[in-house]
Amino acid sequence: MALKGLDIFKLTPKKNCKECGSPTCMAFSMKVAQGAAAIEQCPHMSEEALAKLSEATAPPMKTITVGVGETEHKLGGETVLYRHEKTYVSKTMYGVWVCEGCFDGKIDGIKAVDYDRIGERMYVEMLNCKFTGDVAKYVELVKKADAAARTVILDCDDVAAAEAALEAIAASKPILNGANAANYADMNAVAAKYGVVLGVSAANLDELYDTVAALEAAGNKNLILDVTGADVKETFANAVQVRRAALKNQDRTFGYPSIVNLHKIAEGDATLQTALASVFTMKYGSVIVMDGMSYAQALPMYGLRQNVFTDPQKPMKVEPGIYPLNGADENSVCVTTVDFALTYFTVNGELERSGVPMNLLISDAGGLSVLTSWAAGKFSAGSIAKFMAEFEIESKIKNRTLIIPGKVAVLKGELEDKLPGWTIVVAPNEATGLVPFMKEYK
Amino acid sequence: MGFKSSPQKYSASINEVVIGTGDKAIKLGGENVKPLYSFDAEIVNAPKVGVEITDEGYDKTVASLAAYYAGCETMADIAKKAAAMPGADFLAINLDGADPNGANKSVDECAAIVSEVAAVVDLPLAIVGCKSAEKNSELFNKIADILQGKNVLFISCKEENYKNVAASAGLAYNQKICAESAVDINLAKQMNVLISQMGLKADTYVMNVGSAAAGYGFEYVVSTMDRIKDAALGQNDAQLQMPIVTPVSSETWGVKETIVTEEDYPEWGSRDDRAVQMEVCTAAACLVSGSNAVILRHPESVATISKMIAALM
Repeated sequence: MALKGLDIFKLTPKKNCKECGSPTCMAFSMKVAQGAAAIEQCPHMSEEALAKLSEATAPPMKTITVGVGETEHKLGGETVLYRHEKTYVSKTMYGVWVCEGCFDGKIDGIKAVDYDRIGERMYVEMLNCKFTGDVAKYVELVKKADAAARTVILDCDDVAAAEAALEAIAASKPILNGANAANYADMNAVAAKYGVVLGVSAANLDELYDTVAALEAAGNKNLILDVTGADVKETFANAVQVRRAALKNQDRTFGYPSIVNLHKIAEGDATLQTALASVFTMKYGSVIVMDGMSYAQALPMYGLRQNVFTDPQKPMKVEPGIYPLNGADENSVCVTTVDFALTYFTVNGELERSGVPMNLLISDAGGLSVLTSWAAGKFSAGSIAKFMAEFEIESKIKNRTLIIPGKVAVLKGELEDKLPGWTIVVAPNEATGLVPFMKEYK
Repeated sequence: MGFKSSPQKYSASINEVVIGTGDKAIKLGGENVKPLYSFDAEIVNAPKVGVEITDEGYDKTVASLAAYYAGCETMADIAKKAAAMPGADFLAINLDGADPNGANKSVDECAAIVSEVAAVVDLPLAIVGCKSAEKNSELFNKIADILQGKNVLFISCKEENYKNVAASAGLAYNQKICAESAVDINLAKQMNVLISQMGLKADTYVMNVGSAAAGYGFEYVVSTMDRIKDAALGQNDAQLQMPIVTPVSSETWGVKETIVTEEDYPEWGSRDDRAVQMEVCTAAACLVSGSNAVILRHPESVATISKMIAALM
């Protein structure tokens, strides 16, 4: 159970020495109870108190690190079931299922999906290598997967094959997803020997719970839970119940990230896999393994993931700069709006739909919407003029017309003063009016 | 040992609202668990899938849609074909062409289209108005009259026109209406309160709490729906217990990922495939957040989403 601030306070030295950075022991205790400070920041805690507290104040779900360097990812560490309660911390990772026979046919397609969306690299982060019976061929497969610079998941419940694969690529810290009720002791020894995260699967939640408990008793708390069941319904029930047990009921045995393998429950149906990937991105899949990843699937899925895993307290922003649309050049008209990602995407979409070539100028408006940033003084004639100077717009673009959002029509006069030689045009209030407006304008 | 499961069943539940009549009538809502949590308790009415058709015919620029509707010449043909999609639970007729800023079709013209469709289809109907709230008041008034007894859902009424729509379609003609708000729990509740103050019973209206395509601010949709279901079930807030109906296609078919052609973005591949994946991904996300019905356009999306719902029940 989580401790209250007062319970923690009783164990502190109550000296108000401020060495922890908090003004009083009480304030420090409150912070620890909320998870805002670590108990170790107090240098005066007794050993017994520390032992008692570190167990009780440990996060309900562990953060597990897989991969190294470029392929390193953090999984889990969530503290809430719903993003509005606080924020989600570790975004869902997408992996593609590969085997000896299909790797060469799939890898080019996997590598082709690799792009940037609002400062985030969108690509297939993991490769799930399925063991199909031949150890030598399996080692070859995992080497190829490792060479593709993705985190490898060893989908292998054969102890000897797992050991051979790890002998080859253990340095890349793959996930060994192979422990079950029958082999967990041996698998655990292999995972421990090579220092990799161990994936646990089971026939049902009871068996999963007991297997995890047995592995924890054996000293392994570097785990990931394969919640894939016999079908879609069971898998969804598992994913939700495991996460809920950990975060709502504080049952730390299930306090680990999860893997959902869509190859097992929706093989061959790519569109159904997109639907399910969407479901499990929202409801508690830390890693989702699919048969493949086409651009058509990636565009909505990665967009959704980026939305769901944004911090509610930090708005998504796009980089300030010149965004030429519809084949614009230096003679094309200039249009400006704020850097709030939602505004940018809506406006950008409508402007592209109009087909009119134009230069979209995005200035730093603090990631706020048009009216909010205007009210906060972050989107003003001054800020736009400053942006035009900083980005040397006048030397880069010959056109001297600037279209501004209808909601800040009030800026027109002031802008005309600040930008001599420019014609300022006011666009409609809503983005939906942009297509007819731009077509007519042209 | 073993895992101690603790099902989370609520004493409150979502209202049950019936659309349509006879064998094909559908029930929306009624559940007392979080969206799709059929492991906590039985979900009495599975979420439903509506097929969107528009007064302007089908989109011939999308090859697979054009192929599906090939040979359809009248609205009646299109409606029959749409209703035949595997997984279709109801038909949503979008009257975009009525928009005064667009084709500005007259109320009578739109009413004729709706009558033509209603005559050949036995699935429950939803009438989706155009962008103008004012025009919708007139449209809904007329159509609610001619479709009396069909128990049709009118999507939607907003703050600007709820009085007219609730009074005519809702009270005078006994049809079902949908309260629309823009991705905010307080606005959603306010619309429901206003409508209930007009004298509509709780089982005669649903709500569209707003949506977005995946990648376009969907986090607001998630949090709005999460909080609405929390309030409806956890706090027994009667003004938020209406089933949620989400027109997904009208959002997803307008975003860049769906619109741009393969010639312009060759690496993105087939536009048809992009349109379907965007629609399916968004619809699944809406359903897991709390939609009791989604409205889709492409036959593959309809088939896939209804298959997914069936698999989760």
